[in-house]
Amino acid sequence: MKKYILTSTLAALLTLGGFSAPALAGLEYVVVENAWSRASIGMNRPGAAYMTIRNTGDEPVTLIGLTTPLAMMPEIHETKTNAEGVSSMSPAGEIAIAPGESVALEPGGLHAMLMRLQEPMTEGDTFPLTLLFDDGGEVTVEVPILGIAARGPED
Amino acid sequence: MRRRAILGYGAAGVGAVALMLFVGWWQVDGPGGPEPVGQRPVALTEMDFRLTDHEGNAVGPETLIGRPTMAFFGFTYCPDVCPTTLSDISGWLDDLGDEADEMNVVFITVDPERDTVETMAEYVGYFHPGIRGWTGPEEQIARVADGFRATYERVPTESGDYTMNHTASVFLFAASGRFVTMIDYHEPREFAVPKIRRALAEEMEGAT
Repeated sequence: MKKYILTSTLAALLTLGGFSAPALAGLEYVVVENAWSRASIGMNRPGAAYMTIRNTGDEPVTLIGLTTPLAMMPEIHETKTNAEGVSSMSPAGEIAIAPGESVALEPGGLHAMLMRLQEPMTEGDTFPLTLLFDDGGEVTVEVPILGIAARGPED
Repeated sequence: MRRRAILGYGAAGVGAVALMLFVGWWQVDGPGGPEPVGQRPVALTEMDFRLTDHEGNAVGPETLIGRPTMAFFGFTYCPDVCPTTLSDISGWLDDLGDEADEMNVVFITVDPERDTVETMAEYVGYFHPGIRGWTGPEEQIARVADGFRATYERVPTESGDYTMNHTASVFLFAASGRFVTMIDYHEPREFAVPKIRRALAEEMEGAT
């Protein structure tokens, strides 16, 4: 069981410094980049968070779940749009990342769906999101909350 | 005499065949042909629905006629595709600059149960000021979706809530109300602005 959590001080420094959370935490061979999310309207609607998860190691890793104090029910979901232009969303299940590969959680595709928010997501705040891997490893990333109309991590 | 009659019959036969071919073409591929199933939206002039915009005004298809229209279906509880599309649309409107003022831009909810007029007002307030939010009774939402050939479906979620599957394309109509084209979610989003400009330009040519 490997468990390393980025200290809040470091997270705050990274956020203040304008780094888009190149999370150094946890499994040293899993790197999370460009994490971001959008502000919510109240707490009734689910939130979504996006990031790139890179496996810099020599072994495959499998993302099996998420935890965050922000939401009681965080899950990886996938939005799909069919040939008729109809979009639908469903839980994505486990996500295997081959050595040297990365998986992008981005609008219109895979994303961290944050259900049952415990507090509103406020622009300018951050929240910790922990990625759980099948070998017991965890990576915690501090996710900045951007405006509702944000289009990407740099907005 | 006899030869002439034969020629006459021959000409009539050729004429009959030509007529049959023409009628066949008219009914299958021509103007009389049925629209392929689940295809192009009808013209706004042929639609009939009554909705309410986010400021409480009564609106319908006639509200959109006279200026080019960009329309999108979604719901405010949508965490991913809808805010992304509304952000994209806001960006396109910024890029269009003054031309954006010449367009109607409407976000039509497929979830009227949760998306009241007040909810729509708050939600569209986070995006480009040109975007209007439309909602209304369930049966009117069904009518507008039918006119657009858009689909939506309520899907229960594990958490006991529900989400909506819906057509995520952005529809473009000419000022006359004629459907021009759509921007699919699959499309590279940077192609959108040239496409909107083309749709606007096409209308200008049509008007002259």
